Amino acid sequence: MKRETIINWILALGLLAVPFAALSFDEPFYITLATRVAILALAGVGLNIALGLGGMVSFGHAAFFGIGGYAAGILATHAFNQEPLMTWPLEIAGSNSMLVIWLVAIVMCAIVATVIGMITLRTSGVYFIMITLAFAQMIYYFAISWPSYGGEDGLSIYVRDGFPGLNTLDPMHFFMICYVVLMVCLLFSALLRDSRFGAALQVARQNEVRLASTGIAPFNIRLVAFVISASMTGLAGALFADLNRFVSPSMLSWQVSGEIMIFVILGGVGRLFGPLAGAALFIVMEFYLGGVTEHWQLFLGLILLCVVLFVRGGVVGILAGRQSHG
Amino acid sequence: MTLALFTEQLLNGVQFGVMLFLMAAGLTLVFGVMGLINLAHGSLYMIGAFLCATVAVATGSFWLGLVASLAGAAAAGAVMEIAVIRRLYDRDHLDQVLATFALILIFSEGTRWIFGSFPLYLDIPKALQGAVELPGGAEYPLYRLSIIVVGLLIAFGLYLLISRTRLGMRIRAGESDREMIGALGVDIRTLYTVVFALGAALAGLAGALVGAIQSVQVGMGEPVLILAFVVIVIGGIGSVKGALIGAILVGVVDTMGRILLPQFFALFMETSQATSVGSALASMAIYILMAVILAVKPQGLFAAST
Repeated sequence: MKRETIINWILALGLLAVPFAALSFDEPFYITLATRVAILALAGVGLNIALGLGGMVSFGHAAFFGIGGYAAGILATHAFNQEPLMTWPLEIAGSNSMLVIWLVAIVMCAIVATVIGMITLRTSGVYFIMITLAFAQMIYYFAISWPSYGGEDGLSIYVRDGFPGLNTLDPMHFFMICYVVLMVCLLFSALLRDSRFGAALQVARQNEVRLASTGIAPFNIRLVAFVISASMTGLAGALFADLNRFVSPSMLSWQVSGEIMIFVILGGVGRLFGPLAGAALFIVMEFYLGGVTEHWQLFLGLILLCVVLFVRGGVVGILAGRQSHG
Repeated sequence: MTLALFTEQLLNGVQFGVMLFLMAAGLTLVFGVMGLINLAHGSLYMIGAFLCATVAVATGSFWLGLVASLAGAAAAGAVMEIAVIRRLYDRDHLDQVLATFALILIFSEGTRWIFGSFPLYLDIPKALQGAVELPGGAEYPLYRLSIIVVGLLIAFGLYLLISRTRLGMRIRAGESDREMIGALGVDIRTLYTVVFALGAALAGLAGALVGAIQSVQVGMGEPVLILAFVVIVIGGIGSVKGALIGAILVGVVDTMGRILLPQFFALFMETSQATSVGSALASMAIYILMAVILAVKPQGLFAAST
């Protein structure tokens, strides 16, 4: 087995072991912490498709994280109040079923990502970074100034949305849902990476002209990858809203975009399990530094700066050695 | 809407735009010359505002505060360049984004550690209090008018600096071919530090000037930073002229949108609904403007030809 494969197994099983250990030591708080890691890692796995495979440095993925969150919040609120979401031209009711909410979150993110992608992917490099950031900011300000769903105060989800056959209010059940979703998305990412589409996407990053000369339009490949990436991050957003039972414009803020990017880079850009390693490390640092000092962000910044300046390739990169290709 | 109100709002838009220009000019110079995207530019804006507020309270003089903010932000910029930014020129944009994001965390939390979470307030200097009467009968605050004048003077000064001086010649040479000016014996490292410090000083000045009309607090820089990004994307990265025109365009569209859009929707909607639709759209107006401009000119209005 390759060294990276072993590390991936350790990461996957390690995350699964945390809540069981927490249960046996009667420390249920750690189950929530592990759930957070799983959800944020999922957001990172989404970004990693655009960033790692496609080389698209999107600084606006908070937009999709937040849209997913609002999909959960808005549908759950309408279901709770028993008000239809819209009555014309056809009546659509709210929903408190996770499966429906996930579908809506994914579809909404795909639509928004298509529009944003069609504009932003006309540019590249630093323009792309700034424009994705600007569009995320646009949605952020829209959420703040639109009063119907809480505006700046956000929206509470009074009862966590349900999943057929499970009790989602049990932290263990909810963790397992998030964990399985994460693993399915990781598997999907792996299949995508090794598919013909994935090959084209990676060539689009490495040598655009060569891809075009084989008759594949780089723009279309990038756009599809961007949409897939956004949808996955949106799914994570829906889960995150359910975890906190709260959604607010802060989920859409540029800091969230930065954090999702940190998960990916800390773990190792383009590495399959990089986002999981990155998110786990980030949450652990946040948790322990936060316990030591109120000003943990200062130290987080210093650590991050050192990682960027002196450590290349992220956690998985250090442990598994250089990538054989890519 | 009366002409007086219209003029007042238009001037507010120009004042906002001029302030954005001070931020965007530094960003666009740094990107044009060094090819670096600097997220921590907003932190320099914050440092300028905090220095001005602190020195103004300690000495009782706004003007000393202004000097302190210029000098302090330039110094902070130079230190930042020498300690961190210098190592990033050869890296890809992803590393630059992450490292400067880390700098934001450090500067914001450091400032919060020193000054606490409560906002500081900075008084408008005595000489600039009061209002001027505009043609048409409106009154306009003298201080805001002064910001417009200062901003335009600085824009003119930058134009002279870049097109008429030796330093400006080197900056332009650095934009078009950095190996060549190195080969010609120009000390590039110093040039980069000077350009970065110049941009930092402008950001610090913007922070100090705005500090007197808004509260001075941690995190004040980043919203302005993102708007400055929109400005340089519209204007064309690397172009100071584009930054000026883009900044005023963004400032005016944003300010006027907030006034005009709710009124526009009120023509055919209930007032409360019109206000919410109008203000939601107004908050998106500049981004829609950006998208439209990019759809027509993906490199911005005044892209530096490369």
